[in-house]
Amino acid sequence: MKMSKILIRGAKVLGGEPQDVLLDGETVEAVGTGLTAEGATVIEADGQILLPGLVDLHTHLREPGREDSETVLTGTRAAASGGYTAVFAMANTHPVADTAGVVEQVYRLGKEAGYCDVQPIGAVTVGLEGKKLAELGAMHDSAAGVTVFSDDGKCVDDAVIMRRALEYVKAFGGVVAQHAQEPRLTEGAQMNEGVVSAELGLGGWPAVAEESIIARDVLLAEHVGSRVHICHLSTAGSVEIVRWAKSRGIDVTAEVTPHHLLLTDELVRTYDPVYKVNPPLRTERDVLALREALADGTIDIVATDHAPHPHEDKDCEWAAAAMGMVGLETALSVVQQTMVETGLLDWAGVADRMSFAPARIGRATGHGRPVSAGEPANLVLVDPAYRGTVDPADFASRSRNTPYEGRELPGRVTHTFLRGRATVMDGKLA
Amino acid sequence: MMRHLISAADLTRDDAVLILDTAEEMARVADRPIKKLPTLRGRTICNLFFEDSTRTRISFEAAEKRLSADVINFAAKGSSVSKGESLKDTAQTLEAMGVDAVVIRHGASGAPFRLATSGWIDAPVINAGDGTHQHPTQALLDAFTMRRRLVGRDAGLGKDLAGKRVTLVGDVLHSRVARSNVDLLHTLGAEVTLVAPPTLVPVGVETWPCEVSYDLDGVLPKSDAVMMLRVQRERMNAAFFPTEREYSRRYGLDGERMAKMPEHAIVMHPGPMVRGMEITAEVADSDRCTVVEQVANGVSVRMAVLYLLLGGSEPAVAPATTRTEESK
Repeated sequence: MKMSKILIRGAKVLGGEPQDVLLDGETVEAVGTGLTAEGATVIEADGQILLPGLVDLHTHLREPGREDSETVLTGTRAAASGGYTAVFAMANTHPVADTAGVVEQVYRLGKEAGYCDVQPIGAVTVGLEGKKLAELGAMHDSAAGVTVFSDDGKCVDDAVIMRRALEYVKAFGGVVAQHAQEPRLTEGAQMNEGVVSAELGLGGWPAVAEESIIARDVLLAEHVGSRVHICHLSTAGSVEIVRWAKSRGIDVTAEVTPHHLLLTDELVRTYDPVYKVNPPLRTERDVLALREALADGTIDIVATDHAPHPHEDKDCEWAAAAMGMVGLETALSVVQQTMVETGLLDWAGVADRMSFAPARIGRATGHGRPVSAGEPANLVLVDPAYRGTVDPADFASRSRNTPYEGRELPGRVTHTFLRGRATVMDGKLA
Repeated sequence: MMRHLISAADLTRDDAVLILDTAEEMARVADRPIKKLPTLRGRTICNLFFEDSTRTRISFEAAEKRLSADVINFAAKGSSVSKGESLKDTAQTLEAMGVDAVVIRHGASGAPFRLATSGWIDAPVINAGDGTHQHPTQALLDAFTMRRRLVGRDAGLGKDLAGKRVTLVGDVLHSRVARSNVDLLHTLGAEVTLVAPPTLVPVGVETWPCEVSYDLDGVLPKSDAVMMLRVQRERMNAAFFPTEREYSRRYGLDGERMAKMPEHAIVMHPGPMVRGMEITAEVADSDRCTVVEQVANGVSVRMAVLYLLLGGSEPAVAPATTRTEESK
């Protein structure tokens, strides 16, 4: 089928001066001013921001196994709504994505859904149990072409297993993404350990449980000459360790979630499990350190840790509730509020932290590319002037466990293009 | 007066003094041949206990019955909860049966707060102990006991605990009794000191309105009341302290230590006591120890709380003059 041309008029590419961008089929044909194209569909951007399609290195799509909370289809529809053109699907499904068969299944489901590219992440260890390496090479060689490996949800806490994984994936350019959580220090952990947990009588998740693992892993990565990626970094101390590691030339990258850029453990005083997440919401001091680190590049990327849960898993007492928040459909707005409107990052910086850098870390070919002629037309158009209140009923995700319900957030994705095809048009899923 | 009683921190000084004064009135009922008031006749109260607690449950039940309420006891064990029914469904089921108030004990911190604020039910909620969070009626009965002993039964009416020095000793980290007491005693003007091995003091305690000490012997001479908290033996396996004997030597209260306390000072314990661990039999059985009084006072205080939350504005106890007229 021959795809028609699309002309986006007057878009601020990466926040720069308004330009016209012409898409032809799957690629960007031209970027410039006063472009015309006969028969093209014209989109008046009218000063909206045009960014490369966002790339999420940390998404839970829940399929196979927990289709009651999300499926590859609903999750990728949510991703497209949020401006994403590629997501990396975490391995903690049922069954666990620890074999070529499971990662290929998820990969195929992503292709069928068609809303955004789905790149499966493979488990580091069999069953996420931390004991025995999964067949990492087989997953890499499979149709899914896995390059990112993670036991996310669980920490690869055995130092020898972690060392071996870091070494082993070098053979095919892989990276291990660590969920940094010392398990013994976090037994029964319910929230950040500090002033609020002391008052509320909820089991503490101390910052040191994250920081000690990150410190160990950057040293391991240095020792064996591997690259390591740190998932959802959440504390000021972790920032210091990663900053130190980078200054030593250690090949480490790190991500922060939107919720850790905005929310603090003070919200737990409501005992509303919508604020229950792992790693937990930390303090104001941590939030400010994370923003600073994302701005100066110590933290490389924003990743959502989109973690859908059915209503009943949140409509209960705190201790019984599941950990996690949905995030794909609010991520860009939260980043706009916390990073752009605070002057910490410009839109080119947002493009880097949410598209270029995650695509580079995950080796997502065709994503995170410049908006210029000849590049794949993976793009998102954002209206930064929009102001709206988050209503979970509007979500494309199957789950509604957002901490932002009723909160006003800036910005809105009006169009998302996956290889030239609109997955979101005028704010609605196409 | 508030609609629910979830945390001792929610009580103002005047709320707390009103409860203590009302509890004194209720205590007089216990001295009568017929220990019963008609105040809550026709009202149904459910004791919703998701965690085993014989003494608190019985104390609430006695208080409810003395106020003539109809009482439903719900224990989670062997109920639909053990079959996977949620707190929400259980609470809604009970409310549908026409419950006017829910007294809840739950192992999860915050469960009573959720019940009171999530819109699941409309009935007033009284927290009878949640996880390691709060146990407000325990703090009230402790304050009641202290006021009686340290200020006076009649002299204490209308008064708080200003200037009284109260020391809490033991497992503060896992103690809802400690949290509730720190909040309420501070509100009532007392000076609180926590004494525990550093492993059993929560990170974040520095914002609490109290002092923290690791030296029991140093604090005892400056205490008007010393409250010993129960230390569960299983804490030992989690390396909070090396051995039971070492804990007992450093933080237990024996006769020799009790002698360091001022003569008027009292020894308290929320129960159940682990004799030989945090308290010796000699101390537990001495007349300075108020543990049995605390149990009796618990019923009066819970009657006061139920009356004030549910009874509305009518006087709890008919004035003496009216009675005399009736008997004429």
